[in-house]
Formats: sequence, C-alpha cells, structure tokens
Amino acid sequence: MFAYLVRRVLLMLMLLFLLSVSVFLLFAILPGDPARLTCGKACTPAIIESNRHRLGLDEPPLTQYVKFVSGIFVGRTFSADSPQPIKCDAPCLGYSFNRQEQVMSLIARSAPVTFFLAIGAFVIWIVVGLALGIFAALNRGRWGDRLIMGISLIGYSMPSFFLGLLLVFFVIIKWQFLPFPAYVAPWENPFQFFQTMLLPWILLATLYAAFYIRLTRNQVLEVLSDDYVRTARAKGLPERTVVVKHALRAGLTPIVTAAGLDLAGLLGGAIISENIFSLPGLGALAISSIIDSDLPLITGITILTAAIIIFANLVVDLLYAVVDPRVRVI
Amino acid sequence: MTATSEEPLSGMPIVGSADRPFLSVNDLHVTFPTEDGLVQAVDGVSLSVERGKTLAIVGESGSGKSVTAQAIMGLVNRKSATVTGEIWLDGQELINLPQREVQELMGMEIAMIFQDPMSSLHPFYRIGDQIVEAIRAHRSIGKAAARRETLEMLQHVGIPAAERRIDAYPHQLSGGMRQRVMIAMALINSPQLLIADEPTTALDVTVQAQILELIARLQGEFGTTVILITHDLGIVADVADDVAVMYGGRIVELASTTTLYDLPEMPYTLGLLSSVPRMDQKLPERLDPIRGNPPSPIRLPKGCVFQPRCDYWQRVPGEACLTVRPDLLESDPDHWVRCHLKVEERKQIARDVKQILAGGGE
Amino acid sequence: MTNQTSDVLDVTDLRTYFPVRSRGLIPRTIGAVKAVDGVSLSLDAGETLGLVGESGSGKTTAARSILMLVRPTGGSVKIDGEEITDLSARKLMPIRRKAQMIFQDPYNALNPRHTVGAIITAPFKVQKVVPPGGVKKGVLELMERVGLNPEHYNRYPNEFSGGQRQRIGIARAIALRPKLIVCDEPVSALDVSIQAQILNLLRDLQKEFGIAYLFVAHDLAVVRQISHRVAVMYLGKIMETAPRELIYSRPLHPYTHSLLSAVPVPDPKRQAHRKSRIVLHGDLPSPIDPPSGCVFRTRCFQAQERCAVEVPPLVELAPGHHVACHFPIAVEDLPARAEVQALTADDPQEATPDVQIVSREEAADGAAGAAGKGRGAQEEALDEGGAAEEGVSLNKPRA
Repeated sequence: MFAYLVRRVLLMLMLLFLLSVSVFLLFAILPGDPARLTCGKACTPAIIESNRHRLGLDEPPLTQYVKFVSGIFVGRTFSADSPQPIKCDAPCLGYSFNRQEQVMSLIARSAPVTFFLAIGAFVIWIVVGLALGIFAALNRGRWGDRLIMGISLIGYSMPSFFLGLLLVFFVIIKWQFLPFPAYVAPWENPFQFFQTMLLPWILLATLYAAFYIRLTRNQVLEVLSDDYVRTARAKGLPERTVVVKHALRAGLTPIVTAAGLDLAGLLGGAIISENIFSLPGLGALAISSIIDSDLPLITGITILTAAIIIFANLVVDLLYAVVDPRVRVI
Repeated sequence: MTATSEEPLSGMPIVGSADRPFLSVNDLHVTFPTEDGLVQAVDGVSLSVERGKTLAIVGESGSGKSVTAQAIMGLVNRKSATVTGEIWLDGQELINLPQREVQELMGMEIAMIFQDPMSSLHPFYRIGDQIVEAIRAHRSIGKAAARRETLEMLQHVGIPAAERRIDAYPHQLSGGMRQRVMIAMALINSPQLLIADEPTTALDVTVQAQILELIARLQGEFGTTVILITHDLGIVADVADDVAVMYGGRIVELASTTTLYDLPEMPYTLGLLSSVPRMDQKLPERLDPIRGNPPSPIRLPKGCVFQPRCDYWQRVPGEACLTVRPDLLESDPDHWVRCHLKVEERKQIARDVKQILAGGGE
Repeated sequence: MTNQTSDVLDVTDLRTYFPVRSRGLIPRTIGAVKAVDGVSLSLDAGETLGLVGESGSGKTTAARSILMLVRPTGGSVKIDGEEITDLSARKLMPIRRKAQMIFQDPYNALNPRHTVGAIITAPFKVQKVVPPGGVKKGVLELMERVGLNPEHYNRYPNEFSGGQRQRIGIARAIALRPKLIVCDEPVSALDVSIQAQILNLLRDLQKEFGIAYLFVAHDLAVVRQISHRVAVMYLGKIMETAPRELIYSRPLHPYTHSLLSAVPVPDPKRQAHRKSRIVLHGDLPSPIDPPSGCVFRTRCFQAQERCAVEVPPLVELAPGHHVACHFPIAVEDLPARAEVQALTADDPQEATPDVQIVSREEAADGAAGAAGKGRGAQEEALDEGGAAEEGVSLNKPRA
C-alpha cells in the first residue's frame, strides 16, 4: 500500500510537471503578443519592449519556465532591474500587471467563494441525489420512481443559465424572497452569506442532483439483481441489512469516483453560476482574465485548476482502494 | 395433503414410500408480468421429497427449474411475480407465511448454494465475516464463538489452512474453494433442506467431483434433504435418489433415478438421454438430438408443450397432443409421466431407443 | 509430431507467455505466466483434434495464439504450409480466409446492431470474394445449410436462441470455405438437446467441405463425440495425445485417468459400480510459479521423487500415442481408489496449490482485473504468510 501511495504521488508530480510545461508552451505559441496587449492606446515600440521586459517575456521560454517554477517554491521578483521591483512571495504563481497584483492573492481572494459554493452544492446534491436515487431504485416502476425520474429528466435537460435566470427573476426580482446577491464571507455576516449562496447552491445542486439520481438509481438497480445480494437474502438477513450492507455498499462505491471528480471540477470555478449571481469566485476571475488577456492570471488559474483535479483523482483512487478490497493490491 | 382440483390425482405425486414427505410442493404457479404478456415460469408443479433424500430437478434453460427452486427458497420477488400453490416444509406452509417468518427460515431451515460462487459471495467482505453474518442472523451468539464455529466449518468442508483463509476475500480463492465457502455458509446453521442450483456447472470436472462428494458427505452427516437443480444428467445419475424432469414450466416426468434412467417414458426425457454424448457407450456416428428449440414461455403450444419437438405424437389417435394438455399421471407406482401415449407404447418406444443407442456406432 | 507439408495446421513448440510485473516503486518484469509452454500439434484436412483441459490449462490461449489473436512468444504456426507467426495484421488477412474461429458465447461474438444477413455477408465483403450467383444468394444458401430459416435474413442476433446464434457464428465461419476452424468451447453454453444438434452440424459440414477442426473443450464426452484425435493439456503443456479410441480406452497419463474418471455418466447403475474413481484434490497450481519437473506432480497419485526434478518429455509409447509422464499407467493397473491426501493436509507448505494467484483463464488470457467492477480491480495473491506487499499482478499482454 505504501509503495502504491508513493508511486501514485510521484506520478501525480510528473503529471503536474507535464501539465505546467504544456500550459506554458500553449501560451507561448498562442497568437497575439501579450506585451502588446498590456500596452494602452498610446503605444510605442519602446513601451512594448519595456513591458515585454517587465513581464519577463524577452527571455527564452525555458528560462521563463524555470523562473515560474522556482517562483512557486521560493518566490521571485519581477522587474528586478527597474526602479520599482515587484516582489512576489512564495508560492508565487505570477504577477498580473493588468491588475497590479500577485496572481496568488487574486486567487486567494476568489477561491473561498468558489470553495463555499462548491461544497454547499456538493452536500445538497449528494444527499438529494443518493436519497432520491435509492428511493427510486427500491420502488422501481411505481409512481414515486416515475415522478422522481421525470423531475430529474427536466433538471438534467435544463440549461443552467436558463434555470439560473428563472431563479433570479422569480425569487429575487418578482417575489423578492431574497435580496440581490452580494457576497460576504460567512464569518462576517453569516445570514447575508446564506442569503447570497442559497440560490447558487440550489442552481448547481439541481443540475448535479438530476444526474446523480439517475446514476444512483442505475447502480442500485444493478447491484440489487447481483448474485451476492441474492445470497444475502438467502441467508435470511432482514431486508434493510440486505439493501444497506450488501447492495448499497457495492453499488454506491463507483459513485465515490464520479462525485470526487465532479467536486474537483467545481472547485476550479463554476463559471455560469458565479456570473449569474455575481459571485467573485474563481470562475468569474477566469472569465475576466480571459477577457482582459491577462496572461499570468490565466496561466495561474489553469495550472491551479488542473492541479486540483489531478489531486482529486489521487484522493478518489485511494478512497476506492479503501472501500473495495480488490483494488488494494495494485 | 389436499388434492389439487384440476388433476385427477388422489394426492400428490409422492415418490418413495414415506407416509408424510418432509417437503411437498403442491400445484405451484409462478407468474411474471412482462412487456409481452404474462409468463408462466412455473405452471402447476407438484412434488415431494423425503427427509434426507436427494431430489434432482432436471431441465434445460427456460424449463422453470430454477424458478421452482427459488420459489421454495422464498427468493422470488413478490413485488414482480405472483406465486400461488402450497409449499409444505415439515408441516409448515411457506407461501402464505409472513415475510418475517420466511426470513427466519431462510438460512436456518432452508439454505441455498448457487451456480457461480464468484458472483455469489460479496466481493467486499472477508469470507469469514460473511459466514459469521449468516450465523448471527439466526442465533444470538457472540462474534468470537461464531468465528470459532466458522473456522471449524471451513475446515470441515476441506479448505486447507482455514485459519488463514477465513480472513481472505473471495477473489483470493479459486473457484472450487469459493464453492466450498458457499457450502460452508449454507450448512453453518445445519439447515434441514439444502437447495443446490447448478452447484458445479461453473467448475472444472475434477473440482466438480470434489464438490459433489463433499455435498454427499455432508448430507450423510447432517441428514440434510437436498434439492439439486441441474441440466447435467450425468450428475443426476451420480447423486440423486429421485428425479423430476421439467419442460416448459411443468414436471413432465417424475420417478426414482434408477427407474427414470432405466425406462424413461416421456419422449422428452428419452430425447434428453439420447442427446447427451456418453462415455460409457459405443460411439454413435451421429447423436440423436431432440429437434427444434425449446418453446418460448410467452407462446406455449396449446396442447402438449413438447408436441412440436416430439417424434411420436402422431401415434396418439386424434389430435389430443395438439389440443389437450396432458396430465401428470402415475404409470407405474412412483413413476409419474405427462404424456398422451399409452403406457405400453411409451415403454416400447423407450426399449427400442435404448436398443439403438446401446448397439449403435463403431 | 509429423512435419508433412500437407498438414492444414502445423504447430511446433508454441509458447505464449504473459509478463508478470512486480509491484514495487518501479514495476519490473519478474517472471511470466507460461499460459502455453511448448505445445506442438498438427491437423490433417478433414480431421478433428480435440484439445481438452481444465480452466487454466491454457487451451483457449493456445487456440487464440494459433490464429494470432494473441501473439505467441515463440514457436512456429504453419497454416496450410505457410508460417504465420511473423506476419503483420495486414498480411494475415489472406490467412483468415483459410482459418476461422467459432466462439463459446455466440451472443458476445455477434455484433448486436448487425442483421444476420450482414453478419454472414461480412467475410465476403472483407475478403472481397463473390460466390457464384452473388453474395446475397451465397449468404442465403449458407443460412439454409446451417439450419437457419433464410427468411430471417434481416433479423438481429437478440431475436435468436443460443443454438441459432451458434448457427449464425458457424455460417459466418464457413462462408469462405476455410480449411481450418478453431472451435473454442462451441457447445458448452448450450442446452443438451441443442448441443447435440450443433455437434451433428459440425460433423456434417466437416464431411461436406473437408474442414479441419481444432476443437477446444472441457467436456470429455463432447470431445469424444467429435474428435479423431485428442490432446490433453495441463498448465500450458500437452500431457497426452492419442487417437480417440486409445485415449478413452487406454489412457496412460495419470491426469487423463483422473479426468476421465471424474466425468459423471448418465447411468445410475454404472455410477454405483464404478469403484476405481480417482479423485484429484486441490486445484491447479499457479501458472506463475508452476511446480518443478512435471507440472502435474503436485496432484498426481503416481508422483515420485524423479517427477520433481525432471520434466517428462512427450514420448511416443504406441503408434500415435504420445505421453509426457515418467510413470505412465494402464487402466488395469490403476489402484482401486486413488487419492492424494497430502494436498488437503493443513501443511502450509503443501496448501498453496489450492489458491490461485490469478483467476485462471481470465488472467491467462490477459483480462486481468476483469473480475471486478472496480477501477483496475486486480486479483490478489494470497501467498504464503499473507506477504501481500511484494506479490505480483498480471499485465495485459499485447493482443
């Protein structure tokens, strides 16, 4: 198990390395000169050149990359030879000259918003998805099952921006159940925090829950007809034990994988929801960085998001090994 | 015992001489609704087994043999299927028993082993824990005591190094070992009735021999009654006292094993016996299989279910085979046959076919 | 074995190994599962060779290696005189006209989205062959020939029963009049009455077209019915091969004896009289770490010291009767009831043969991990003392 863990971590580091290299290369070959973009209307070749130097873009790509990586571990200083050097503390993911701020601190400001958004939605969708999915499977073919499946189909097929706009229009504008969203940290004003997050949570959770209801129902139905569940019945175990201990244990395990990866994907930013509800999260930050062609910020967010997913993959695999004894040996 | 109304029997087919059979099934029907209509998976099965004996239920896929076994075991899902008739186990009727009481019997009085020992054991739990669970579902004894008992049983069914294997997961064992574990689990509460559904089909022939010997040995020790579901006529001859041959959801022939193999009267049984390639006879140039395919359970023929594949139906005067379902009638004492042919005619056909089989080939 | 050029199939010293990797930080190949280890056999036109063995014996891998569905590690396979082990997939195409395969599960071997007509037409299309009278006419004739109703041309495989599906598979296999058909357990998934129909069909087709069959099966009675010669495999090696009459009436290898005596006979009187039954204990040893010397010795009632040291060669003891055993034994010399007790004893040294590292055929065929639904679920070795940390796992072979 330990060797497996070490190997997986090494593999993860290698993946991260490859990923950062490819992100770097990608932006290097991308059309458009980032230095040109940093330069306003009154642009002269001299300004472009100086900006290029400030950004460090005049150096060979390899040097740029080495500096970037070392910045993550020991920090770095931009424009070191200029009168106003910009210090970027470790872990430094770069410096956004557009926003005059370290990429890391920009991310650090947005990340909690996305984190709360994702975790809240995750809890709701897992609880709702599993509960309704299991219920539907156990009552297959009856009206409860059909109702749940019908609703989940609607939720599943509804575009998220449409559902989001519906929620905003009715709940906030027409009925005025909730005030306009204005994000505050939960420790500053818990009440306002919940008021703001409620609809985004519902929006995200609806989309995912619709999918998880179906996934859960299919999984549970499949294991319920498995031979070992029949064996459990033949032992004379109470139906609840048969379902919970024998069927669900095996049936819900694959859902761990899906859920872990979905959560990781959300932690990288929920672009549509954040935009609809004006939440200053990672998704909103990513969008605006793209609109502004803020290259350092785009690079930083891309690498961070990918790292989260790679890490989540590792966690999911380890979790799986804990749940399913057949996996442990690998 | 009550007599079934449709069948002109004075009682039920009771094979053997016991006054009161240990298990008797009376006019069992199992119906599944499907998109194509109702499927009569089991259509009026009546049989009985004496205590300590082995009854084999033989049939091809779709004959209803497995559903019959699952109905006796109580494993047919009542939400999706209708089960009617009577199943008497040692003086207790099972079909109308409340679910709670059925659960108390399952795994305690009646136990079952299945065809595929890999998929029948839960992949996530250690085999010892799975057996301990079977003990503690019925008896209030401590975990340590249950584990001791499990270990003893694992040793008893011939699992080497059982003290190590008790903590193994199913995937760490070979097919034969897994089936031994299933047997240990089934017999741990000393059930009176063991239902074995194709217990050796997934196993190699040398392992199959081991498992059959094990079941026979344990049956002798515990005095268990065994119902063996199989398609393998060789195994039946090896271990069964009585045989019920099923076709299209019905029993078509029921007799003691020696009688059935000696002089099978139902043309289907005869066809089955001559379809099997045999190692103990001269090699025929060609096998003599039953022609055609088994009937679809949704569209059963109106008359005798076997008629479309039968070579002898034209010997019956009139169109009885095409229009009238034959009843299961006693042709000799303890030999029940469902066929319109006259008894003497059937016997003559069987003798002729056996003659050809014995003399044919190289 | 004979090396005549007239042989339809000539296999010499065929070896198919699957690499075994260690599980440390850096996985490395530490051994090999010798699924097929030095198999030689040959087939004449119109002849059937039965290849018999338990699961894990390597018979299926051997069959697939012969058709290059699994690339063998070494040895030679000649089909109709042509060496095919080195041929690229493209150059194998013409060979596929001569050598076809029928599978155990006819349902999984047929594309559910193709009609029966399309399935049987495929070989003509792929090989660009037009039978006299046109493809459609040829397909209809084939359907009729194998006992399918030609009116079912436009139906899909799921509308057919198992026996009919196997007929579809047979029609596809014989479409191009191959000289050789490798049949992998073609009747073991079928009901008894259907099984006999298919066996008769195969025999009739052989007589009509002179096809040679390599008939892989575990059912000895079935093999007896269809084969002219029989080869018995155990743990990747051929133990005994002989003409049918000899192997069933005068087997010489202890393993063949035990296989034969384990087959139940559908006759209660004979069963009761059969006293000299050899009961093999334990299971197949692990193919990763096979016993030294003779691979069968751990379960053999004849085993002596020499068997652990020396690999018995396959020698011809009677015309056409080859046996790989130091101590072959005739029927009349068999002990009344031979058993091997040592293996059931709780002696940890001897107990391992019962446990398998891999799930037999599955693993040997490289489908490691197929057993679990889980991601990459693998079979674990419960090796001595539970030292699971440095066990082994199987890797997928190149297929």
